[in-house]
Amino acid sequence: MIPSEFEYHAPHSVAEAITLLTQYPEEARLLAGGHSLLPMMKLRFAEPAHLIDINGIKELKGISEQGNVIRIGAMTTESELIDSALLNEKCPLIPAVARLIADPQVRNRGTIGGDIVHGDPGNDHPAVMLALDARFILQGPEGERTVPANGFFLGTYSVGMAADEILTAILVPVFASSTGYGFNKLKRKTGDFATAASSVVVQLQGESCADIRIALTNAGPCAFRAEAAEDLLKGQVITDALIEQAAQKVMAACEPDEDLRGDAEYKTHMSAEMARRSIRDALTKAKG
Amino acid sequence: MTKKHISFQLNGRPVDALVEPRELLVHVIREQLGLTGTHIGCETSHCGACTIDLNGDSVKACTVLAMQADGGDVMTVEGLADNGALHPLQEAFMQEHGLQCGFCTPGMLIRAYRFLKKNPNPSDEEIRTGMSGNLCRCTGYQNIIKAVKAAAEKMQSA
Ligand SMILES: Cc1cc2nc3c(=O)[nH]c(=O)nc-3n(C[C@H](O)[C@H](O)[C@H](O)COP(=O)(O)OP(=O)(O)OC[C@H]3O[C@@H](n4cnc5c(N)ncnc54)[C@H](O)[C@@H]3O)c2cc1C
Ligand code: FES
Ligand code: FES
Repeated sequence: MIPSEFEYHAPHSVAEAITLLTQYPEEARLLAGGHSLLPMMKLRFAEPAHLIDINGIKELKGISEQGNVIRIGAMTTESELIDSALLNEKCPLIPAVARLIADPQVRNRGTIGGDIVHGDPGNDHPAVMLALDARFILQGPEGERTVPANGFFLGTYSVGMAADEILTAILVPVFASSTGYGFNKLKRKTGDFATAASSVVVQLQGESCADIRIALTNAGPCAFRAEAAEDLLKGQVITDALIEQAAQKVMAACEPDEDLRGDAEYKTHMSAEMARRSIRDALTKAKG
Repeated sequence: MTKKHISFQLNGRPVDALVEPRELLVHVIREQLGLTGTHIGCETSHCGACTIDLNGDSVKACTVLAMQADGGDVMTVEGLADNGALHPLQEAFMQEHGLQCGFCTPGMLIRAYRFLKKNPNPSDEEIRTGMSGNLCRCTGYQNIIKAVKAAAEKMQSA
């Protein structure tokens, strides 16, 4: 099982890669870790005439702190996220999620950028980016722009960037004090995508919830925030009763597809349960 | 489609190959370079039978293009034994009955090799996580875990 024919390009800079993208409009595809794209190419779900391998572009790698923001190069692998002392200290949600993606070999190749852009509703990073209120740096022929994660995920295999743009970096905030996160993922076995998963970030002011973001994976055509549930909790002292009401709002927002992992009703209930657990975990950490 | 010339280190020796860009690394290793120790199970990046070591990391060679190995350093199961003397991992898989049909074994061995380089003294739990990208349909995994553990102990005391 091998892909159909293509011409292979291995640029060494983002500028070079963008030139190639504009040179072959509609025909070119970027190759990052290849752990979503190559399987699709083998199955002929994707048949790019030009494959632009961006693994040789050094400027797309690396994790650094810039004030109260952490900048993660789009070509940073899941393994590098897990091993990053900086992320483990200042944005531990990301390594926690990466540890539950696929398996060690896949994590050595798969990148955070590819996971965000690919657009499979089962990809885990999109919901994490929504929960973190991350921003994405996109570079194209007209230059660079920074867009919020909120509003970036439009549908299955559909994100808010043009075909000649490259995601170069991800900006996530350093966790402030009184901020906590929760991440819970139900999967049938190692190497499977989530049956349901939820990422939550909460910020407390005294006892009450100053801000909360509740995001879901594989509970609809793409990652989304359960805003009605968030609105219910904001400004409140979060009790078990309120978490239960929020869980009902989460269920109302879910529209998962039925597949081998379960029917829509089961997945909807599991999404709510992952959200409940993540809200509780986030609260415990924020108080911690 | 025009073929491209690539060269890389394979088990410590320089090799060359003429490949189509769409060719996967596992096919080039097995069919052109003649090292059939690396197996192909699923071809969908799930089973781990095709695991090799590329530039110091375990990867599934059914999901890496041969072009991507150009200039790189590759190690396969054939690189484990030293002049006919089995590697402690190979010894341990034999001693602990870490294999039955043997289909998954090359992938298990080369994955365990890199895992123990990064974590020479692992707990059982860490072995389970570290080896979780490799499936075995025969052994039920217990003896594989034992073998990796035994090899780690032997290599520590050596
Ligand atoms: C067995 C297995 C289990 C998996 N389980 C999970 C899981 O549980 N959770 C999960 O989230 N993922 C999972 N994955 C998917 C894996 O994480 C992929 O690596 C990821 O979806 C895509 O990242 P990549 O770097 O491999 O991108 P690629 O496959 O190379 O690319 C994916 C798409 O994104 C585009 N692209 C990539 N990088 C950029 C960029 N910088 N700018 C613009 N476009 C870009 C490509 O052109 C392509 O269209 C699994 C994969 C396998 C094989
Ligand atoms: S053959 Fe590569 S993972 Fe199964
Ligand atoms: S020994 Fe048969 S698959 Fe593992």
